[in-house]
Amino acid sequence: MVRKSGKKNTQICIVTITGADKVGIIAKLATAMAKANINIIDVNQKIMEDYFVMTMATDVTNATIDMGKIKKQLDKLGREMSLNITIQDETIFKAMHRI
Amino acid sequence: MRISVEEVFETVKMTLDHHFDIRTVTLGINLKDCMDRKVDGLIRRIQKRIIEKGLLLNRFADIIEQKYGIPITNRRIAITPASILLEPLPRKISTAVRLAKALDSAAKKAHIDFLGGFGAMVQKGMTAADENLIDAIPRALSETDRVCGFLNLASTVAGINMNAVEKFGHTLKKLAANSRNGIGCAKIAVFANVPEDNPFMAGAHHGIGEPDFSLNIGISGPGVVRNVVLQNPDCDLTQLSEVIKHTVFKITRAGELIGREIAALMKVDFGIVDISLASTTSAGDSVAKIIEAMGVRQIGLPGSTAALALLMDAVKKGGAMASGNIGGLSGTFIPVSEDMGMIEAVKAGVLSLEKLEALTSVCSVGLDMFAVPGSTPAEVLSAIIADELSIGVINNKTTSVRVIPVPSKKAGDIVHFGGLLGSAPVMKVAKVAAPQFIARKGRIPSPVQALRN
Repeated sequence: MVRKSGKKNTQICIVTITGADKVGIIAKLATAMAKANINIIDVNQKIMEDYFVMTMATDVTNATIDMGKIKKQLDKLGREMSLNITIQDETIFKAMHRI
Repeated sequence: MRISVEEVFETVKMTLDHHFDIRTVTLGINLKDCMDRKVDGLIRRIQKRIIEKGLLLNRFADIIEQKYGIPITNRRIAITPASILLEPLPRKISTAVRLAKALDSAAKKAHIDFLGGFGAMVQKGMTAADENLIDAIPRALSETDRVCGFLNLASTVAGINMNAVEKFGHTLKKLAANSRNGIGCAKIAVFANVPEDNPFMAGAHHGIGEPDFSLNIGISGPGVVRNVVLQNPDCDLTQLSEVIKHTVFKITRAGELIGREIAALMKVDFGIVDISLASTTSAGDSVAKIIEAMGVRQIGLPGSTAALALLMDAVKKGGAMASGNIGGLSGTFIPVSEDMGMIEAVKAGVLSLEKLEALTSVCSVGLDMFAVPGSTPAEVLSAIIADELSIGVINNKTTSVRVIPVPSKKAGDIVHFGGLLGSAPVMKVAKVAAPQFIARKGRIPSPVQALRN
């Protein structure tokens, strides 16, 4: 089960937003990401089991702050918008969902 | 191919709604090279190693927890069986107690909540140091907070050491008397066929066949499994086994990834993933509730044993496909006091000690965390233990007993242990069981299936 995400030295994280859809989610997240020099690669969204779910693939390789700080900022944004926001390294999803 | 929204959501929902966590990362530490003829030298060396590695374990577990967004609930340490460390030292109870206290203080300094391995392998016979350790248990586990003990009293190859089983009945009574509500007894498990790499307390230790360090992972997702069972109310049992397998595959892969990364950061060997379903006192995190979700009205009723057998077989198949490093106990824990569904079933009079014992013959790892009246004689405790261990010996599997004779409580009372240990209804047991049988002592010989060479 040895897997590397993408190119060497690239760290991809998935930001997941769940809750009720509203105006400005992407804008606020994008601003926060840009400030930390995190590149947004891909955005997807869907309604599942009454949840609004948005996933955002981000490249955190050149981020100016560490995971802990990114997480704190996302938690703060989540509280402001009443959304649940998580950030996880992409490797965990590959391990769980790809053989 | 990039991960889809559905896949991400499935994983996120496991942690948000169904209590998926890495239940424990347990670092096994070899301490044999710390041995000394003088207790001061031993203690100095083991404390240094435990504190240093324990702090690192916590630090790296925090980093990985953040990286993957999956909680790593417990960080623990398992050591070389303490009886081995005591071999060169004076045969005094005070020496063994001093060692236990040194381990306790090292665990506290390293912010490790439980440290396992204060125990001995005595399946065939006891050395003087082993006996000394057992004699010290009533003080060692009541005068410390974080030290856990184990004794391997039986194995398929050696049979059952009834001298030790008889002795341990008395040890338990003394330990119960020394601690509030008998809580000290929650910190020791006795085994048949104990695994050397089990990451779960109270039975964890770092076996003598292990390398210097070994990082073992205990995953756990009763809530996740229960959810998938609930989502499939109408499928037949073959299909139900399939969906459980798929889910366990995923959580095992997550466990292995996390274990490997922490081991790499610590520069130690990765050991095993233990795929046991371990309950907690949180609502929904219950093995009994999975059985009930499968369609058994309440755990303990007829149907429970078959349902548990199906469940655990599916868990093992999913886990074994996901990782080549499945080990430890990898069975089902159904601790009475730590599982809401079990507590309800005992209170309702549906689940008896006898049915619990039957469940352990298919896949559960033992009679775990059940309380009996404090007046229960030592011989009855020894007889319960002998029965349970014989199931393990004959069936080539691990079985264990963690029983708490609660002082001044009687059958039907509720005892609150607090924290992770939950609360338990005191179960009814016989007042006399097999006094002459236990008093005979000796060894129950190994069963014939051991003679395969």
